[in-house]
Amino acid sequence: MAGVAVSTTINGDHVEYLCQPDETLLEVLRDRLGLTGAKEGCGTGDCGACSVIVDDRLVCSCLVLGAEAEGRQIETIEGMAHGDQLHPLQQKFLEHAALQCGICTPGFLIAAKDLLAKNPDPTEEEIRFGLAGNLCRCTGYDKIVRAVQDAANVMKGA
Amino acid sequence: MRYIRPQSMEDAVGLLAGAAGPAAILAGGSDLLVRMKGGFVEPELIVDIKAIAGLSDITETADGFRIGAAVPCAVLGENAALKKAWPGVVEAAKLIGSKQVQGRCTIVGNLCNASPAADSVPALVAAGAKAVVAGPGGKRTIAVESVPTGPGKTSLAKGEIIEAILLDKRPPHAGDAYQRFIPRTEMDIAVVSAGVNLTVGDNGVVKAARVAVGAAAPTVLLVEEAAQVLIGSKLDEATLERLAKICSGACRPIDDKRGTIEFRRKVAGVLAKRVAAIAYERAGGK
Repeated sequence: MAGVAVSTTINGDHVEYLCQPDETLLEVLRDRLGLTGAKEGCGTGDCGACSVIVDDRLVCSCLVLGAEAEGRQIETIEGMAHGDQLHPLQQKFLEHAALQCGICTPGFLIAAKDLLAKNPDPTEEEIRFGLAGNLCRCTGYDKIVRAVQDAANVMKGA
Repeated sequence: MRYIRPQSMEDAVGLLAGAAGPAAILAGGSDLLVRMKGGFVEPELIVDIKAIAGLSDITETADGFRIGAAVPCAVLGENAALKKAWPGVVEAAKLIGSKQVQGRCTIVGNLCNASPAADSVPALVAAGAKAVVAGPGGKRTIAVESVPTGPGKTSLAKGEIIEAILLDKRPPHAGDAYQRFIPRTEMDIAVVSAGVNLTVGDNGVVKAARVAVGAAAPTVLLVEEAAQVLIGSKLDEATLERLAKICSGACRPIDDKRGTIEFRRKVAGVLAKRVAAIAYERAGGK
């Protein structure tokens, strides 16, 4: 079936794909490219489980068409660790047990990475507001906030 | 379905005007994609306007600001000059959705989605913002309050696109503000809301005012009588009480799961008072 030919960059790698015009970026990432880190929670931009960064902007990949990725720079959870070297946020999520079932975790990590890139020293309130677009039904958020605070401290010292 | 990303406004207008089936304009997509997923719209053609020159820019001109239709709300919040001149418009735009949604959603989309509860619209109406409409017949500039005509409906004709929002250059001692009531602290839709824009004289007396109330009627209300009460005053307690009464009286709200008619009426007045006081302070009135 004919589709839209897209040429884009994902986690620094040049990627080309064909997609249908009504296919979301989330569907392309998961079903065409095998990048299943981004999760579909709601599919309507409410839960943040599908968060990715497009041209330095945090977005829900369920609210972006695959066709729109043409010429963009996309960062997903798969690009967060360097080989076996976890990103400080990933390390702190483990240390603080900031996850239970884990479905929301890739979205939280990407959103927290974006938050700290723009505000390296956030207050607790700024973290809670900054991550308000990510829903977690297990942790009650406290451990996530502590992990982000701890990661911010580590990253500031680095 | 077809997805097309035209490079010029002429091409975009031509595509929409010539579409045989339902066509949709895509900027941020935070309403469109949700409506498509829910099966509420099934466009045959999607016209992505983000590659059109100028639509992704905020420009400061001799007359004020021009905000392109594809500028995400997050970018509004990052523009120091716009924030300084129109803090109420920016704070309203920044209330829409989450950080993720902010990276995509636009004030033109918020206006054209035509929800009575749209956050940026009361602030834009209070600001006296204009919309630049491009269409098959050329361009026209209209007041933003003339765009939504009812829930989900606009006055735009087939083939027409709002390409930018215009905000006037600020006179000295001017300020605007917007607030909404929601039962949570973020990520919610306004139960009722108010926007006020004031210009104050050197003596602290209000010279010009615009008052808008949201989520209290099928479209955002521009409450002219409320503005008249503020003009000539120093926002004393009696004036604010009259403002509240007029705004409550102007509401034609519905009862729904988010609020009752009585509640919306009452809170519209309370918010109008609070917001007027903030706008007055921002205008240097105190």
